[in-house]
Amino acid sequence: MKYPVSKHLNYSIITLSGEIDLNESPNVRKQILNIINNNNSLLIDLSNVEYIDSSGVASLVEGLQTSRTKKLNFALLGVSESALQVLQLARLDTVFTIYNSLEEVEQA
Amino acid sequence: MKQQIEKIGRIATGAVEELGYGIMLFVESIYWLISGRFNKQPVSLALIFTQAMQIGVLATPIVVILCFSVGMMLAIQGLETLKPYGAQAQVVSGIAVSVTREFSALITGIIVAGRSGSAITARIGTMKESQEVDALQVIGINPVRYLAAPALLAMIIVMPVLTIFGDLMGMLGGGVYTLYELGMPLEIYMGRSFEAINVFDIMQGVYKSIIFAVLIVIVSVLNGFQVKGGAEGVGLATTRSVVMSISAIVIADMIFTFFLTRV
Amino acid sequence: MTDPHNESLIHVDNLVTHYADKKILNGINLDVKKGEIMVIMGGSGSGKSTLLRYMLGLNKPTSGCIKLLGQDITKMSANELHQMKKEIGVSFQGGALFGSMTVSENIQLPLTEHANLDINTMKIMSQMKLEVVNMAGFEDLMPSQLSGGMIKRAALARAIILDPKLLFFDEPSAGLDPVVSAELDELILRLRDAMGMTIVVVTHELESAFKIADRITILDRGDILMCGSVDEVRNSDNHRIYNLLHRKPRRDVVDVDEYLQRLTGKSLDSVPEKSNIHNPDNSRY
Repeated sequence: MKYPVSKHLNYSIITLSGEIDLNESPNVRKQILNIINNNNSLLIDLSNVEYIDSSGVASLVEGLQTSRTKKLNFALLGVSESALQVLQLARLDTVFTIYNSLEEVEQA
Repeated sequence: MKQQIEKIGRIATGAVEELGYGIMLFVESIYWLISGRFNKQPVSLALIFTQAMQIGVLATPIVVILCFSVGMMLAIQGLETLKPYGAQAQVVSGIAVSVTREFSALITGIIVAGRSGSAITARIGTMKESQEVDALQVIGINPVRYLAAPALLAMIIVMPVLTIFGDLMGMLGGGVYTLYELGMPLEIYMGRSFEAINVFDIMQGVYKSIIFAVLIVIVSVLNGFQVKGGAEGVGLATTRSVVMSISAIVIADMIFTFFLTRV
Repeated sequence: MTDPHNESLIHVDNLVTHYADKKILNGINLDVKKGEIMVIMGGSGSGKSTLLRYMLGLNKPTSGCIKLLGQDITKMSANELHQMKKEIGVSFQGGALFGSMTVSENIQLPLTEHANLDINTMKIMSQMKLEVVNMAGFEDLMPSQLSGGMIKRAALARAIILDPKLLFFDEPSAGLDPVVSAELDELILRLRDAMGMTIVVVTHELESAFKIADRITILDRGDILMCGSVDEVRNSDNHRIYNLLHRKPRRDVVDVDEYLQRLTGKSLDSVPEKSNIHNPDNSRY
């Protein structure tokens, strides 16, 4: 599945949706890394995601790592309560920049 | 008396049962080797390679030494026996044929049974005792696919290679003694040896080695899976495994030789 | 984290099992709800480990059915069972880490079996799980280099690598000191709370059971003695449960002659038919 990408401020925003599981995460990873490798700061909109498993979270971690080496911004948007708990389990909630809304992004 | 008969009966049913398990294990291993790839549950190439290294490369030195010694021993006996008849030169073809058809495969089989058969049993037995076999199953990895199939394929590849290597070493051993005793140059000895044997002789050894390979793996894996009772159980199973596989090899060799030589 | 529908993810119905003609479980019924932590307790020989093996599909029962996530695993084809294994995580009593692999290879093995992921993804996933079980930095060690508590934690990391819906834990605290065992209990609770896992823990440790359980099932000689909440079990007046919980079985000697004979190996006098008395109740203690 190809996820829609839009532009906002100096961010590219990719809007993920559905279930990011073992089958889907390789696809998500490819699209995320693709955007980052084109030197774009990336905002990942998770508000339409029903479920994300650790392979999906691992793809986000890899995206963050790649962004940092390229000195690009990388942030998450609209993280659901359940996804947040999964992140907290591995202390990742403090590692990612997490915004609740686009307004927050603008103010930052 | 009745107890004795009962005991014999129990041993007999046990043996038949075990034979059945052995055949099942063989069929299942072949199944995984062939169809695993289509079911997205392949037999790992890395595992086959590791096993082949352990069975093959590491056994090479001892195969070299023992086959060389057997060749030499045959030369000593042959030259001594044929001396009164003045037919000492015939010893060359005698050694070549008996080494390629018989000794090399047998010696290799016994070495590999002792080295690798015992290792397979000990490894599987230890894994069973520590619930690693259960862990494989709950992860969704069939233990036969993971533990038996790679060993089987590795053994079937490696044993014939070792055997052919052993053929050469056996002849070389005979040649070295003949050089010492009769002064026959090594290149002439080896040349005559190769003339004395044909493809059939070599293949007889190779076929045998494949059968030995199957016997060793099946017996070792079977004993490994049957381990009970901790470290002591592993020890017992390992001993049993080596004795069983060497017996199986020698008996199979006899049967095989009977049919190949008589028919 | 209780599901509004009270959906039961593990359902054992009239499970009967034999081991070499001997009946081990005599018709066990068990239900574990979604997000629940069910602790199975019992002394040795109670059948609790057996029950676990059958719930994992490691053995085929004599009769009865075992449903995981609504599907009967006793009637599944090999392929369906293989798919089901994705949803199950198991941490065995001794950890059962593969001795020939490093910690991270152990943790990644289920991934290589069930998914086709990039090597970076797999690495990050296993590191994340090591982080969860508080074992970051030990990924390249071999199992033989780990302490007992670390082995348990690494085994737990392997068990949860695929984010399973069901987690089975065999004797989490066996052989561990109280501090490490309390950490593991904590971890089990966190996994349930954060990931909504349904967890079955087999244990004989009372303290740990009371701490983590939503419900406790007590097995005795192949039967369910009791199944209820922590308070129900704690306040039970059934003397067998009391004995099990307080580990104070009756210790008075019933038959002095027989007892002395057992200690000395000599018969007191000429009562030949008494020479081999072996009271099963007393011999247990």
